[in-house]
Amino acid sequence: MRAAGLVTWILRAYVCLALLFVFAPIITSFIYSFDASRYAAFPWGGFSTQWYGEALADPAVASSFRNTVIVALLSASLATAIGFAAAYTDYRYKFFGKNAYLALALLPPTIPAIILGLAMLVFLSRVSLSGGLHSIIISHVVYAIPFAMALVRLRLSQMPADLEAVAWNLGAGQWLTLRSVILPFTLPAILAALFLTMAVSFDEYAIAWFVSGFSETLPVHILILLQREVSPKVNVIGSVAFIISMTLIVVAQIILFARAPAKTRGRSFKTGS
Amino acid sequence: MAQHAQYSDKESVPPASRGKASRQEASRVFALAMALPMAVWQCVFFVAALAFLAVMAFWSVQNFRVVPDFTFANWVKMFSAGYFQQTYLRTFGYGAMAAAISSVLAFPCAYGIAFKLPRQAQRLVVACLIIPYFTSYLVRTFAWKILLTDNGVINAVLGWVGLGPFSMMSNLFAVMIGYLTLIFPIVILLQYFSLANIDRRLIEAAHNLRCGAFSTVFRVVIPSAKIGLILAATFAFILSFGDFVSPSFLGNNKPPTLSILMVDAVKSGSQWPRAAVVALSMIATLVAVAFLAMSTAYSREGRR
Repeated sequence: MRAAGLVTWILRAYVCLALLFVFAPIITSFIYSFDASRYAAFPWGGFSTQWYGEALADPAVASSFRNTVIVALLSASLATAIGFAAAYTDYRYKFFGKNAYLALALLPPTIPAIILGLAMLVFLSRVSLSGGLHSIIISHVVYAIPFAMALVRLRLSQMPADLEAVAWNLGAGQWLTLRSVILPFTLPAILAALFLTMAVSFDEYAIAWFVSGFSETLPVHILILLQREVSPKVNVIGSVAFIISMTLIVVAQIILFARAPAKTRGRSFKTGS
Repeated sequence: MAQHAQYSDKESVPPASRGKASRQEASRVFALAMALPMAVWQCVFFVAALAFLAVMAFWSVQNFRVVPDFTFANWVKMFSAGYFQQTYLRTFGYGAMAAAISSVLAFPCAYGIAFKLPRQAQRLVVACLIIPYFTSYLVRTFAWKILLTDNGVINAVLGWVGLGPFSMMSNLFAVMIGYLTLIFPIVILLQYFSLANIDRRLIEAAHNLRCGAFSTVFRVVIPSAKIGLILAATFAFILSFGDFVSPSFLGNNKPPTLSILMVDAVKSGSQWPRAAVVALSMIATLVAVAFLAMSTAYSREGRR
């Protein structure tokens, strides 16, 4: 039995080692964003917030950040709305060609982003839609629909089967039922989908790089910085973006947990008031 | 599509099907309004884009402009070029290597999480493995550059114990580290989910039958988790096969992979048709690999 205990501790240590590998680059980037020297070396050249100042004052960073926010907000809203409708369709209806319908919804993320980027570039420039923020938004919606759809579909499968029928029997039409029963019940999933698709769009660089033309997003700006020079600004942008993403996720979690009692309320049929 | 709608739940019937024609009409409008946005968006922007990419592979480039054509010249040119063949094999090898390395390195970790940690700790570790996917892969790659360079952190630490310096940048090692950054957490997670679902009684039975700890792992645990393990390796292959960032920034573009060839053809040569040929070969490869992997995973043979 002592040998078994030893194996347990070795495996636990190994898990910690794996986590160290996973977090090493994240921690490194955070530490070196405060490094005074230009060329990240070891040991670092002293504490400094110089690169934060430079990155925040850089107009290219500011404009690409603005572009990223616009793209993320619009593509997340569109993808969530479309994903919601598709998830409801999957939940409610059976029809000929349903497997093809689902494949259509779920396929895009299985194609490497760089290939999807090329396809979008080639196609959008043919129909004169490439080279702007709208091109990135169109592509990111394609890419993000499956994530939104999966989350809403999961929530719908938790819905009591007769909840909708009760609303119909009480005389509510389908649209009213949708608005006053389905939407409130799936709201946590809708919010989660908004945040997740926003995070997906916020980090996506390959497609955006191909189709954006001169309207860079933040990840595209990082990609171009990486190609050109060694810039400590990358660490700064990465650290700030990480904090923003984590804040979004924590907020989403808080919303989800705060809404948790709504689930039991839904079960006692008080949702459609 | 949705005209053929039937209601999946026979007992709950929407108001429309209570007879009146106008209501039935309204119900049809509702169904279409829900079903169509996704179908239309993905057909117009996704299917059309991929289809057009396939068409583009048969077009030609004249005076630096892409013109409609129907020629196999791009295919012949690429497939007969030695650098394309070599790059193809190299990229495939890189993907396979990344899948093998990540699967082998992840397994003890996934096993440890599933069998050697209390529930609470399992949840915490799973959350920790999801966090990286909310950070920028580009920034993490850049951070690896800081860690791996000749006078970087890792060489400094190794120097203290009298080792090195090792050249860890711009080589296969660096590229694999980059791939692992991308795939390691998801491989651990997929392996963990399949290990956590194994019926514990199988393992207890093996122990009761005097099957040793190691042979239990190889003869009970791994066969039971086969589908998840193959799925994880397939994901690892797909993600690294299509990755552009690691071979480009950690491998310094030398030697190139297919994604680098593709990007070069677009960004510096306006050779869109040739890029399309590369992209289509990549898609064909990925579909074939995914299909093979899934048919292996779900085959009855080898199931115990």
